[in-house]
Amino acid sequence: MVNETEPPSPERRDFLKKACAAGIGTAIVLVPVAAGITVLLDPLRRKSAGSEKVFVTTLDSLPEDGLPRKFPVVASRVDAWNKMPNTAIGAVYLRKTNGANVEALNVVCPHAGCFVDFRADKKDYYCPCHNSSFNLDGRIANPKSPSPRAMDVLEVEVRNGKEIWVKFQNFVSGHREKIPA
Amino acid sequence: MKKFVDWLDNRTGGKALVHDALYENVPGGSRWRYVWGSTLTFALVVQFITGLFLWMSYSPSSQTAWESVFYIQNVMSGGWLLRGLHHFTAQAMTVLLVLHLMQVMIDGAYKAPRELNFWFGIALLLLVLALSLTGYLLPWDQKGYWATKVSTNILGITPGLGSILQRLVIGGPDYGHQTLTRFFALHAGVIPASVVGLLVAHIYLFRKHGLTPKRPLRKKDEAFWPDQVLKDSVACLAVLAAVLFLVIWPRLKDAHAPMGAELGAPADPSEAFSAARPEWYFLFLFQFLKYFPGTTEIIGAIVIPTIAMIVIFLMPIIGGWRLGHRFNLGFLGALLAGAMLLTYLAVHKDRNDPAYQVAVRDAQRNAERVRELATEGIPREGALALLQNDPVTQGPKLFARHCASCHRYDGTDALGRVPKEAAHASDLKGFGSHEWLAGLLEPAQVASSKYFGGTKFKEGKMVKFVQKTIAGLKPEDKAQLPKIIAAVSAEAQLPAQSEADRKDAAAIEEGRKLIDSETFRCTECHQFRKKNEDATAPELTGYGSSEWLKDFIKNPAQDRFYGERNDHMPIFGEGGRLDEKSLDLLVRWLRSQGARPHNGLTLR
Repeated sequence: MVNETEPPSPERRDFLKKACAAGIGTAIVLVPVAAGITVLLDPLRRKSAGSEKVFVTTLDSLPEDGLPRKFPVVASRVDAWNKMPNTAIGAVYLRKTNGANVEALNVVCPHAGCFVDFRADKKDYYCPCHNSSFNLDGRIANPKSPSPRAMDVLEVEVRNGKEIWVKFQNFVSGHREKIPA
Repeated sequence: MKKFVDWLDNRTGGKALVHDALYENVPGGSRWRYVWGSTLTFALVVQFITGLFLWMSYSPSSQTAWESVFYIQNVMSGGWLLRGLHHFTAQAMTVLLVLHLMQVMIDGAYKAPRELNFWFGIALLLLVLALSLTGYLLPWDQKGYWATKVSTNILGITPGLGSILQRLVIGGPDYGHQTLTRFFALHAGVIPASVVGLLVAHIYLFRKHGLTPKRPLRKKDEAFWPDQVLKDSVACLAVLAAVLFLVIWPRLKDAHAPMGAELGAPADPSEAFSAARPEWYFLFLFQFLKYFPGTTEIIGAIVIPTIAMIVIFLMPIIGGWRLGHRFNLGFLGALLAGAMLLTYLAVHKDRNDPAYQVAVRDAQRNAERVRELATEGIPREGALALLQNDPVTQGPKLFARHCASCHRYDGTDALGRVPKEAAHASDLKGFGSHEWLAGLLEPAQVASSKYFGGTKFKEGKMVKFVQKTIAGLKPEDKAQLPKIIAAVSAEAQLPAQSEADRKDAAAIEEGRKLIDSETFRCTECHQFRKKNEDATAPELTGYGSSEWLKDFIKNPAQDRFYGERNDHMPIFGEGGRLDEKSLDLLVRWLRSQGARPHNGLTLR
C-alpha cells in the first residue's frame, strides 16, 4: 500500500489518462500557435502590386546621342494598410536607341539591389556596392561582375508619338532569371 | 532516441527535473479545485504566443497603431482569430485571477510559511491588471484612448511623484507617439519580463512548500502526473473553449458582424468621446469614483484602494490571529461583493442613459464607417483623416451643431436625437428631391413643420399659392405638376436621381416651360433661367445644387435668395461660423443622403 508521503508510481492502466492529458495539453497550445503562424504566413499569400504602365517622361527630354538619363517613376504605392498616390516607387534609365525607339532599364542592380550609377566618362553603368559594371544596353560589361544577370530591361511604350510609358517592375535579385518580385 | 535522451540528460540533468515536475505529490489526490494556478499559467502562455505574433504586425505610433491593428484584424488572414484570442484571454485571466485568489484564501494556502508566495501572487495579480490597462490603449481607438486618459490622469493626481510619473508614462505633456512606444514597451517588455520572474519564484515557492490540501483528505496521495495534469488540461481546454466562443460570439448574433475583438474608430483627440468606458473589470472603480466628486476624488481613486491593498498584503499576518482567517475571508468577500455591486450599478446606469446609448451607437457607426473607408487604403496621415474628410461622418455632426437648432433631419438632429423644441424651419432630409418637392407642393403639407410651419412664411405667398392655387387646379393642370417637380428637382443634380433625370429628360424640358407658364406662374416670384429684378423668393436656377446650397448657406439674405425677407437664418459665410471645408462636407452629405434613387416619372 502507498504511504502518505511517497507518491504512487505511475501504473499501466493510467495510459488513457496520460494520453488524454498529453493530447489535450498539446492541442490547447497548438490553437494559439496555429493562429499566430497563419498570420505570420500572410505575406506569402499576398500578390505583388500589379504593374500597369506609368507615364515617366516625354521623348524630347531624352538626349539624342543615345546616352541614358535617370527618371523617377511616380505611381500609387501600397504599403500594407497605407495607399499613397503619386509616390516615387523606383527609378529607370531611359535612352534612345536608333533614333525613335526607347529602352528602359531598372536602376536596381540585379546582384544585391543597390542603385547603379551611370558613368558618363566610361559610358557604362557601375554598381557602387560590389563593382558590377554593365554596358549601355544593360549587359554585363566586366565578366568579373558579381551580378548574376544583365540589368533588368523594362517594357516601354511610346504613346501619342511622345509620351514614354514604362511597365515598371522590380525583379528578385541574386538569380540568373528575371523573376518578378 | 533513447540514446539521445540519455546523452542530453547526462549533460543537463533534465530527466530529474521533469520527474520532479511530474511526480510532485498531491496530498489527498487530484482535485478540480487545484486547477486555477495551471489555467492562469496556460492563459499567460497563450498571451505570450499570441502577443509575440501580434507584435510582428503591430506598429506603435499615433498614425500607424490603429492602422496596423485594422490591418491585422481585417486584412491579414487569421488576424481576427489571433487578436480575438489575445483580447479575450486577457479578459479570462481576470476571472481566473479572482478564482485562484479565492481558492487560495478559502483553503488557507496564504498563511505561514507561504506568506512570501502570497505576496508574489498579489504582485502578479497587479501586474496582469497592468498588462490589461496598457494593452487597452495599444489599438489607439476612441475607447482605449479616452479610457486610458482617465487612468493616467488618476495617476497624475497621486500625491508626491504622481504628476512626474504621469508625464514619464505618457512620454510628454499629452498623448502621442511617445505614449504608444512607452505603453508598448511596458506591455510587451517590462511587465511580461517581471511577470515571468515573479511567476518562476511563485511556482518555485509553491513547489517548495507543497500544495495546501483541502482537509480532510478524501483519497490517498497521488502524483501530479497524470491525474492532476489531466484535470488541469481539461480546465485549460474549457478556458480556451470559452475564449473561442467569445471570439465568434459577434457572428452568432449577426451574420455580418466582424468576429473577434472590437476595434473602434481611430482615436480623435479633438472629439470628446462620451461612450468611453474602461474594460468591464475596471468598471467598479469607474463607478466608485463617481461617489467622490471634486477634490475628494483622491480618496476614491488612491486612498481607499491603497488601504484595501494594504489589508490584502497583511492577510498572511492577520490570518495567524484568532478569527484572523475569518476576517480575511469576510474582507475579501465584501470586496468582491462590493465590486460586483458597483459593476452592476455602472452597467445599469449606462443601460438607462439615453445619452450614453446615443454615444455608443454613434461610436459603432463611426467604427463601421471607417472600416469601410479603410478597406480602400489609408492615407499616410492615418485613418482619422478618412473620417474627418468623410461627408457621411461629418455631415450629421455639422448639421446637429449648426442647423438643428431650427432645422430637422427626418425629425431628428441628424444624430438620432429628437430635439425637445419644435422646429423653426424645414426638415431637410432629401432636400431638392422629387419626394421633398412633392411634399412642398402638397396643400396639406406645405404649412406643416416639415416645410414652412415653423417660419414666418407660414402665412406667406408660397403657402397661399399651394393651398389655394394648386389645390384649386383643374385635374388636367394638376397632372402637369410632376413635370414641374421633375424640372426643379433636376436643377439639384442629385447623385441618387441622375438615372431618373436622364430618363425624364423630355418631361423635365416640358416642366421648365411650365414653370414660366400662365397656369403656374412660378417666375412671378422666383427667378428661373433668366434675370428677374422683381424676384422675391429663392432662385430656382440650380435649386438644391451644390453651388446653390453653398451660396444659400453662406448668405440666405442675398437678393437671389430671400433678400431682406430672410427669416432668422444666420449668414454662415461670415464671422467664421462655417469654414469652406465644413460647408463642403455638409452640402455633400445633404445631397448624397435622403434622396431615394428611382426610375423617374411613371406618368409617361
